[in-house]
Amino acid sequence: METSKLRKRMPVNTLLDPSVVIPAIGQAFVKLNPRTLAKNPVMFVLEMVTLLTTVLLVRDLMTTGQAILFEFQIVVWLWFTVLFANFAEAVAEGRGKAQADALRKTRTETRAKRILSPDNYELYEGVSAEDLETGDLVVCTAGDIIPGDGDVIEGIASVNEAAITGESAPVIRESGGDRSAVTGGTTVISDRIIVRITSSPGSSFLDRMIKLVEGAERQKTPNEIALNILLVGLTIIFVFATATIPSYAAYAGGAVSVVVLVALFVTLIPTTIGALLSAIGIAGMDRLVRFNVLATSGRAVEAAGDVDTLLLDKTGTVTFGNRQATEIIVVPGVGEREAAEAALLASDADETAEGRSIIAMVQEKYDVRRQAASANARFIEFSAMTRLSGVDIGDRKLRKGAVDSVLNFAREQAGQDVAEPPAFRAAVDKIARSGGTPLGLVQNGRLLGVIHLKDVVKPDVKERFAALRRMGIKTVMITGDNPVTAAAIASEAGVDDFIAQATPEDKLRYIRSEQSHGRLIAMAGDGTNDAPALAQADVGVTMQSGTQAAREAGNMVDLDSNPTKLIEIVEIGKQLLMTRGALTTFSIANDVAKYFAIIPAMFVAFYPQLQVLNIMHLSTPQSAILSAIIFNALIIIALIPLALKGVKYRPIGAAALLRRNLLIYGIGGIILPFVGIKAIDLAVTGLHLA
Amino acid sequence: MTVIGWIQILLFCAIILAITPVLGAYMTRVFSGQRTFLSPILRPVELTLYWAGGVEEKSEQGWLRYTVGMLLFHVGGFVILYALLRLQGVLPFNPAGQSAVAPDLSFNTAISFITNTNWQNYGGETTMSYLVQMLALTQQNFLSAATGIVLAMVLIRGFARASARTIGNFWVDVTRCTLYVLLPVCVPLALFLVWQGMPQTLGPYIDATTLEGVKQTIAVGPVASQVAIKMLGTNGGGFFNTNAAHPFENPTALSNFLQIIAIFAIGAALTNVFGRMVGNQRQGWVLLAAMGVLFIAGILVTYWAEANGTNTLNALGLTGGNMEGKEVRFGIVASALFAVITTAASCGAVNAMHDSLTALGGMIPLINMQLGEVIVGGVGAGLYGMLLFVIITVFVAGLMVGRTPEYIGKKIEAKEVKMAMLAILVLPLMYLGWTAVAAVNPQALPQLGNAGPHGFSEMLYLYTSSTANNGSAFGGITANTLFFNITGAVAMFIGRFWVIIPAMAIAGTLAAKKSVPPSLGTFPTTGSLFVGLLVGVILIVGGLTFFPALALGPLVEQFAMTAGAVF
Repeated sequence: METSKLRKRMPVNTLLDPSVVIPAIGQAFVKLNPRTLAKNPVMFVLEMVTLLTTVLLVRDLMTTGQAILFEFQIVVWLWFTVLFANFAEAVAEGRGKAQADALRKTRTETRAKRILSPDNYELYEGVSAEDLETGDLVVCTAGDIIPGDGDVIEGIASVNEAAITGESAPVIRESGGDRSAVTGGTTVISDRIIVRITSSPGSSFLDRMIKLVEGAERQKTPNEIALNILLVGLTIIFVFATATIPSYAAYAGGAVSVVVLVALFVTLIPTTIGALLSAIGIAGMDRLVRFNVLATSGRAVEAAGDVDTLLLDKTGTVTFGNRQATEIIVVPGVGEREAAEAALLASDADETAEGRSIIAMVQEKYDVRRQAASANARFIEFSAMTRLSGVDIGDRKLRKGAVDSVLNFAREQAGQDVAEPPAFRAAVDKIARSGGTPLGLVQNGRLLGVIHLKDVVKPDVKERFAALRRMGIKTVMITGDNPVTAAAIASEAGVDDFIAQATPEDKLRYIRSEQSHGRLIAMAGDGTNDAPALAQADVGVTMQSGTQAAREAGNMVDLDSNPTKLIEIVEIGKQLLMTRGALTTFSIANDVAKYFAIIPAMFVAFYPQLQVLNIMHLSTPQSAILSAIIFNALIIIALIPLALKGVKYRPIGAAALLRRNLLIYGIGGIILPFVGIKAIDLAVTGLHLA
Repeated sequence: MTVIGWIQILLFCAIILAITPVLGAYMTRVFSGQRTFLSPILRPVELTLYWAGGVEEKSEQGWLRYTVGMLLFHVGGFVILYALLRLQGVLPFNPAGQSAVAPDLSFNTAISFITNTNWQNYGGETTMSYLVQMLALTQQNFLSAATGIVLAMVLIRGFARASARTIGNFWVDVTRCTLYVLLPVCVPLALFLVWQGMPQTLGPYIDATTLEGVKQTIAVGPVASQVAIKMLGTNGGGFFNTNAAHPFENPTALSNFLQIIAIFAIGAALTNVFGRMVGNQRQGWVLLAAMGVLFIAGILVTYWAEANGTNTLNALGLTGGNMEGKEVRFGIVASALFAVITTAASCGAVNAMHDSLTALGGMIPLINMQLGEVIVGGVGAGLYGMLLFVIITVFVAGLMVGRTPEYIGKKIEAKEVKMAMLAILVLPLMYLGWTAVAAVNPQALPQLGNAGPHGFSEMLYLYTSSTANNGSAFGGITANTLFFNITGAVAMFIGRFWVIIPAMAIAGTLAAKKSVPPSLGTFPTTGSLFVGLLVGVILIVGGLTFFPALALGPLVEQFAMTAGAVF
C-alpha cells in the first residue's frame, strides 16, 4: 500500500536523533521512581527484585570482603534492564514531545474580542483567550487569531489553518452549512466572523492535540489491559517457579543464592514485552499523528485494527469529486469532428467542472483546437430553469444540457416536432445504464449527439479495495446516486456493497445492522448530517474541514480532510496490535533458551549430572547466568526500533500473516537467544568477567 | 519396542478416532435436549426425577446460578461421603467388618471422590465396606464425572451461543448426562467385564487354602459396576489396592484394552461435541489433533524408556526392558500405554506401579498431569482445560494478525484472559508450592519410599496428581498421614474448583458476547498451523514452569542412571 504519497507534516525523527535520545537517557533515570513504574507491573516487579539484590550486595560487601564481582555484575545488569525499559518509553515519549513543542510554538498569547450582549455584535471587550467560557461569542476580523474552537454563527471569512493542518492555503469558513467549524489557534485572513465558542479553556482542539502527542493523557487501551493481565499472570507463575527452588535445593542438599534466583526470575518474566509495551502504544499514536490524523483515544486506534466494514462516501473517496466527460456519441450523419467542435464551442465559457472536462476531453480525444471566441458570440449560462447552456454565434445556436431540455430546444428551434433519431435514444439509454450522465448536444433544430459524463473512479482505488478484501475488510460505498448509477460505479471501483440514495437514516441503519452482527464499522464523514452515523460507528473519522458537530461525534480527525486515509488508519491500528503480539510471542519464546542457560548452572554444584542440560556449552555456571541476564537486557535495546516503527502489516490474509510472524517472532524467538547467549558467553569468558 | 506393541498403540488410536464422531453426535443430541434412541425408556425416568426434585426443565440459569448449584451439589456430596465413611462400621453390607475410617483419611477420601480425583490413601479391600464402595464411591464416580462433562458443555455453549444470558440448567444437564450418557455405556461395559471374569457380588470374601497350606483371604465384591464408571468417568479409584493390576479388577488383555478405550472415549468425543455445537466440526478435530500430538510424543518416550530398561538392569542380565512393577500379563507396551493414557486423561487408574517406571518413563505421566491434563483429559475437565489454553494461545498469537484476538467468533478480551490466567496459575502454585513445603518438612520426608531425586519425584507426583485430579501415585510414598491427607485434599479441592469457577465465568461472558462472523482477516483456528501453535503454547506456558522441578527429579535421576548411579 502506497503510504508515502500522503503528505507528512511532522518531521520524522530518526531513531538516533540526539535531541530525542539525550533527554531520554535522563528520563530513564527519572522514571526509576517506583510510583511511575507501578503503572507497569512487570517493570515494577523487576525494579523491586533489583533493589533486593542491591541491598544484598551491599550487605555482602560490608560483611564479607570476598570477591563478589559476579554478584556485582548481575546487579549492574539488572539495573541496566530497568533503565533500558525506561529509556524505551522515554524515547517514544520524546518523539511525541518534539512534535508537541512544535505545536506549542504556534500558540501565542491570544486576546479575544468577547461580545458583551448577544443582541449587539458591535460591542465587545478584550479578554484573554484563557478566560473564554463555552457559549461566549467572539468577533474575529482579518489578522485575528481565533481564540478557541467554535462555530461561525455569522459571516464568512477565509482562515489560515496552517497551525493545525500544516496546509497554508486558506480555507473558507462560513455560518451555517458544513463549513462552520473553526479551530482555536488558526488565523482569520480576510473578512469578519462571529464565533460561538464551544470548548472550555484547556480542552481546545490544540490543547488536546498537544496532550495527545506528548502521551500525557495516554490511557491503557482495552487490549493493552488484557495483555498486561496476561503478563502479570505469567510473572506470578514464574514467582512460583523460582520461589520453590530453594526448598527443592535444600532437599537435594544444596543451596541456591538469592542473586541467582533473581537472575532466573528476571530472565523468565516477560521483561522484553513489559519494557516495550508502553513505547509501542505511544509510537502507535505517534504514527497516526504523522499521518495528520488525531485520535481522541488509543481505544479508537485499536478499534481501527479490528474494523470489518469501511463506509466510504463515493464522492472524493471512490471517485473524483466531479463528473467528467469521457466521449461523444454522435448521431448518424453527424461527423465526430463536427460534434466535437460544437461541444467545444458550447462549453467555451462554461466554468463548471463539467464544462472544463468537456473542453479537456475534446482537445485530447478529438484533437480540436480551442480558438478565440468570435466577437459576436453570446454565451448562454446554465440555469436551473432551462437546464441548458451554450452559445449563440450569429444564427448558430449551440446548446448542451439535460436530454429532455435539449429535445425541447430542438423542437422549439425547428418549429415542429423533431423526430428523435433512434441512435440518439440508444446512446442516452446506454450511458444511463452504465451509471453515467448523458448530456444532449444540439445545434438549432438538429440533434448532434450525446456527451457521456461519467463519475470517474480514482485510478488506484480498485487495488486498494482488493487489498482491503485480502485483509478481510468489506468496503461499502455511500452515495446519493440512484441505484443504477451506484451499482455501475460500485462494480467499476470494486467495492463490496453500496447504499444508493443514502439518507443519514440509511447510514445509521446500515451501521446498526452491521454492528448487530458483531462487525466493527469505520466511516469517514464531514457534514452535520453525518454526525449520528459517525457517533454510531466504532471508528468515526471526521474531516478537519467538517462541522463542529461532526468533529464531536467522531473519534478521529483527519487534518488533511482526505477520506481515503481510513485505509491507512486501519493499517496503523493493525500494526499496533501486531507489534504487541509479535513482541509478546518473542518474549515468551525466549524463555526456552534461558531455562537451558540457567537451570544447569543453578543446580550443577550439587547435581553434576545436570551438566548434560547445558546444551549451549556455556563455559561456567557464572558466565551462563551472567550471559542470560545480559542478553535479557540488551534485547530490549535491540528491539526499541521495532517497537517504535512497528511490525510491518501486509495485506496477505490472516493465515499467511500468522505463518510469517510465527516464523519470525515465534521460532526466531526460540532460536535467537540460544545464539545470543552463547555469543555473550564467549565474550564474557574472553574478557574474564566470570 | 516390538511390532505387536506398535500395532496395539495404533489400534488404540484408530478406535478412539472412530468412536469420537459417533459418541460426539450422540452427546450433542443429548445436551441439545433432542430425542435419542433411548428416550422411550429413559424419558419417563428423567421426568420423574425432575418432578421429584422440583426442577423446571425449560428454565435455564446464568453462569453464576449454574455454578452455585454445582457447588451446593458438591457440598451435599461431600457431607454424604464423609458421613458414610465415618459411620461405615455401623452400616450394613459390610461382610468384612470394616471399621470407621479415620477423620483425616475420610476427609481426604471425600474430597478425592467429589473432585473426580480418586486419590486413595487406603487399600480398598482392607478399608471399605461394600456399602461405601457402592453408595459413596461409585455414586460419586458417576456424579463427579457428570459434573465435569456438564461444565465442559457450559463452556461449549459459551462459545456456541451469542448475546445469551443463560448457559443451561445444572440439574437438567447432570440428570441427562448421567441417564443418557454414563449409565447406558456403563451397564453393558460392566456386564462385559463380568464376562471377562470380574466379580460382581455382595457375598463375603472367600477363604482359600493355598498349595502350601496357607490360608488366604480372597477379596471380592461389587467390582465390575464400579470399574466400568471408574474408567469411563476418568475417576480411577480402584476397588482393590493394586487397582487395574489386580486380576479381579483387570482380568484379561481384552478387559485391559477396553478399559483404556473407556478412559479416552468421552474426553475425545467432547472435542467433537464442541465442533458440532459451534457449527464446525473441524474446530473439534483441531483440538483433538493437538491432544494427539502431545499424546503420541508421550507414548514414544515412555514406551522407548520402558522397552530399553536401564543400564543397571541390563548389566545384571535383565534385558528386554524394565519389567519391575509391571504385571507380566500385560507386559511393557500395555503398561506403558496405560500409564500414559491414565495420566493424559485424568483417570489415575493404574495397571502397573508408576513408581517403578524408568526415570524418563515416569516423567511423561508427570508432565501429562502438569500440563493441566489437557491431553484428552478428565471427562469435561480436559476440554475446558484445553479451551483455557486455547484462550491464552489465541490471545498471544492472535494479536499477530492485527486484530483483537477472536476464537469461534468471540472476541478474547481482558475478562477472558484474566479468568484463564487465574485458572492456569493456580496449578503451578499447588504442584510446586506443596512440594516445596513437603520437601523441607521433617514429618513428610520419612514417608518417602526412596532417597534422592526419586524421593523428590514421589512428592512432586503426589501433589501433581492431586492438583490435576488424577489420582495415580508414585506409590513408594506412604501418604496416609495427617500432613499428606490434609495438604493433598487442599490441592485436590483447589485444583478442581479454582479452575472450574473461572472457566464458568468465561462461559458466562462469552455467551453474552456477539458472535463475529469470520473473514479473511480472522485468525485461523482450523489448520495444522494452529495445532502447532497450541502445542507450543501448552509446552512453553504450561510446561516450562516445571522445568526446574523436573530437572531435580526425573531428569537428574535419568542422567545419573545412565551413569550407573541409583538412589
